[in-house]
Amino acid sequence: MSNALSKVKLPYLLLLPGFLFLFTFFILPIVNLAQTSTQTPIVGGDTGQYEQTLQFSNYISAFTENKEQFARSFIFALCATVLALAIAYPLAYAIAFKAGKLKNFLLVLVVAPFFVSFLLRTIAWKQILGEEGFVVPTLRSIGIIGQSTTLTSTSFAVVMGMTYNFLPFMTLPLYASLERIDPRTMEASGDLYANGITTFRKVTLPLSMPGVVAGTLLTFIPAAGDYVNAAILGSPNTKMIGNVIESRYFKIVDYPTAAALSFTLMAAILILVTIYIRKAGTEELV
Amino acid sequence: MADVSSATHGDLRLTRITKSYGDFTAVNDLSLTIPEGSFFALLGPSGCGKTTTLRMIAGLEEPTVGSIHLGTTDITTKRPYQRPINTVFQNYALFPHLTIFENIAFGLRRRGIKDVDADVNKVLDLVELPHLAQRKPTQLSGGQQQRIALARAIVNRPALLLLDEPLGALDLKLRRQMQIELKWIQREVGLTFVHVTHDQEEAMTMADTIAVMNEGEIEQMGSPADLYDNPGTAFVANFLGQSNLIKGRIEGTDGDNLVVDLFGQKISMPKSRSHAVDSSIYAGIRPEKFRISLVGTPTRGNILTGGRIEDVSYIGVSTQYQVTMPWGQEVMVFEQNDDGVPPFDKGDEVVISWEPNFTFALRGDDDVEAGLEVNPEELDEE
Amino acid sequence: MNKQIDATIPTIPTKARLSRWFGRNLIRIYAVFGFTYLFIPVLYTFAFSFNDAGKSNLIWKGFTLDNWKNPCGAPEVCTALGNSIKIGLLATVFSTILGTMIAFAIGRYAFKGRSSSNLLIFLPMATPEIVLGASLLSLFLVFHINPGFWPTVIAHVMFCISFVVVTVKARIASLDPRLEQAAMDLYANELETFRRVTLPLVAPGIAGAALLAFSLSFDDFIITNFNSGTLKTFPEFVYTSAARGIPAQANVIGSAMFILALLIVIAGQFVGKKVKVSK
Repeated sequence: MSNALSKVKLPYLLLLPGFLFLFTFFILPIVNLAQTSTQTPIVGGDTGQYEQTLQFSNYISAFTENKEQFARSFIFALCATVLALAIAYPLAYAIAFKAGKLKNFLLVLVVAPFFVSFLLRTIAWKQILGEEGFVVPTLRSIGIIGQSTTLTSTSFAVVMGMTYNFLPFMTLPLYASLERIDPRTMEASGDLYANGITTFRKVTLPLSMPGVVAGTLLTFIPAAGDYVNAAILGSPNTKMIGNVIESRYFKIVDYPTAAALSFTLMAAILILVTIYIRKAGTEELV
Repeated sequence: MADVSSATHGDLRLTRITKSYGDFTAVNDLSLTIPEGSFFALLGPSGCGKTTTLRMIAGLEEPTVGSIHLGTTDITTKRPYQRPINTVFQNYALFPHLTIFENIAFGLRRRGIKDVDADVNKVLDLVELPHLAQRKPTQLSGGQQQRIALARAIVNRPALLLLDEPLGALDLKLRRQMQIELKWIQREVGLTFVHVTHDQEEAMTMADTIAVMNEGEIEQMGSPADLYDNPGTAFVANFLGQSNLIKGRIEGTDGDNLVVDLFGQKISMPKSRSHAVDSSIYAGIRPEKFRISLVGTPTRGNILTGGRIEDVSYIGVSTQYQVTMPWGQEVMVFEQNDDGVPPFDKGDEVVISWEPNFTFALRGDDDVEAGLEVNPEELDEE
Repeated sequence: MNKQIDATIPTIPTKARLSRWFGRNLIRIYAVFGFTYLFIPVLYTFAFSFNDAGKSNLIWKGFTLDNWKNPCGAPEVCTALGNSIKIGLLATVFSTILGTMIAFAIGRYAFKGRSSSNLLIFLPMATPEIVLGASLLSLFLVFHINPGFWPTVIAHVMFCISFVVVTVKARIASLDPRLEQAAMDLYANELETFRRVTLPLVAPGIAGAALLAFSLSFDDFIITNFNSGTLKTFPEFVYTSAARGIPAQANVIGSAMFILALLIVIAGQFVGKKVKVSK
């Protein structure tokens, strides 16, 4: 019967359409990006016309010209990740262990704000932290910030926006990991003379590491390439590498540089992530 | 729809079945005939290959070598849905998205039967759960799920019903009750049951014929009484109930009996109950066949002197003794507490006696530890 | 001299009792603050949807229900919303179909190239959106395809597939293989088993994946920005009108989507409770 034959072929048949699609619209574009990155503008041609010259120096010039933005992107992403971890961990912990019957409801509550378009939310923060919002005048009257300090158009606002927008990416994996911990292991720890803090350090935290790793990766990777928060909540002084790439496509047309920057960004992320995963020791992400 | 002819029936015959996974052989050259209409048990420890054998009969695995016949039909390569065989799975495997009624009707509908009401209700009555027809499996208790799983299989009147340790997840009392019910249902409906279990009490309670499996092979097959009374190997002797195995040597014959020397003491046993191949043997006696008496009191039958009571356990129904014999071996003796006589004390010097006809003899080169304890490492292999 | 001996309940001094209560409930208190923080911009958006603001919704001018009564009063809002929904639906349909097929292949069969397949699925999720968007735009430019509606749909399908695969694969993994064996034991052939047992049990996972794909598509900005050209989706509209002030109708749409999504999720919880798969 053709049963045996189709059993061997079936998985490949199932994969074919999807993989064909991904190959055409993911792999191919990235390959194309690679070959764009080594092009140079055609002398005497219109903007947007390039020829392939294998100019690898594009990478060097792209990187050196935008060192500052690269550094800023990674610093911002790191800050946002750490902040998100600090904010999300206790929240996930509360839902996993202190919520009882409300667990599912609270989980929905964590995700719910993100049903509002993230553009709207980010702009809301811009208004809230702006001159007409309630935060700045209040802080000024208490005296925490000076009369001339603003919160918008600052690095602070950008990092804050990033932290806020990536919170669910941090919270959900943390929750999933914490939820899997058998509460009796924590009881056993108490039985064996550990106080609350020690139990957390020696039992809960190590057991939740897979969630921490997943959450930090799911936050850091998109954050490093983000530019929307910087555009809305920042100023020209807070440009991230994403802003540069975007402007190289739409404002100052310079595809090879943009391509080179994109690849450099990808490579940098890949290297950092690989080191991080090695150190953290968790391999299964998907 | 599936072409399952209910006319395919008869004895189930496994011929030289072997199942290997790479280097590992789960079932080794196994041949077996299960008579139509009988309650057959495959008994053995975890990892012995009994579940693999069952799955090959169901069609969920294919044998590497060998053939399977149902009556005159060769079903070796037939898919599960082409065999008139149904399985009651260990964890019941009830379809969680269907009602109990639809679960039971599932097989009937796949076979193209349109009017399922009568059959489904009849079998629901048989397992005494007609009120659960519209519930979902997750709303049922373990015992109820087990009975529905059985109903789902039986309603198809298969030529063969396979049960894969179906009572494992039930508590003791419920299990005992289900054992009796299953036996009754089998007689009522007249199907052939093949029951896989590691619980020897369960097999003995329910089965007409038991095949004891060990490491992919059948060690011995027969009625519960045959296997218990006259085990042929140490594995069977130790796995089914408990045995005292005492090293000895055949010295000579005496009519229909053998004269056996056990560490200098002489006993006799029927020639027909010896499985030995030469003069070196293990003499086997079940603990309940031993009688303890104090030195000097009258005894009859085989006698072993020089015992000293090492431990006394009062179990209510019986008292269990560990008695150290002069050659250092500790034997077990079970005495029924049925005569009001107070139990013996630790340290008492006693004499052991028993009826010679209860003795069985195993090969002297047999592994006396076989079938004794479950090795925890083997538990994952099944 | 009658001394009364009553059974004394040990009393903990108030200070210690307070600090114990704090210790136990510190995290709960924190959670309250945390949730408040999460909802601040949502509440702000919701509040300002009632602002009698005209075209520039930056300062509170007065309460009105007009925006809610006439959500398409600012026509660009509804056009953008319409685009987002159309693209979202198309992207959802295609990515769910393609992704589910892949999930079944990877989750069900052991075949050569399985781990590489897993890697291929993982890569888009690990690539920054800007790289995904930019590279796709570059490809379109090479083939002289202008950014617009269909390039956007293609882009959305591309990044949604991975999420669909992960979601459906998880559901498939939790499926007890013995259920399918039981179906075949009960005379269902492979196709019937799939139709009557496998598919119904995986369906909630597929539905969840579709919902996820739609939300990702609807809320996407960066990849869309690179590939939509003159077409504007809702997020793009909000972004470009941020400078001069977003019409209050956008807030209405945003709040409405929030409430709708919340209702769907809560409804899903109730349905999910009825069909619980136990292993």
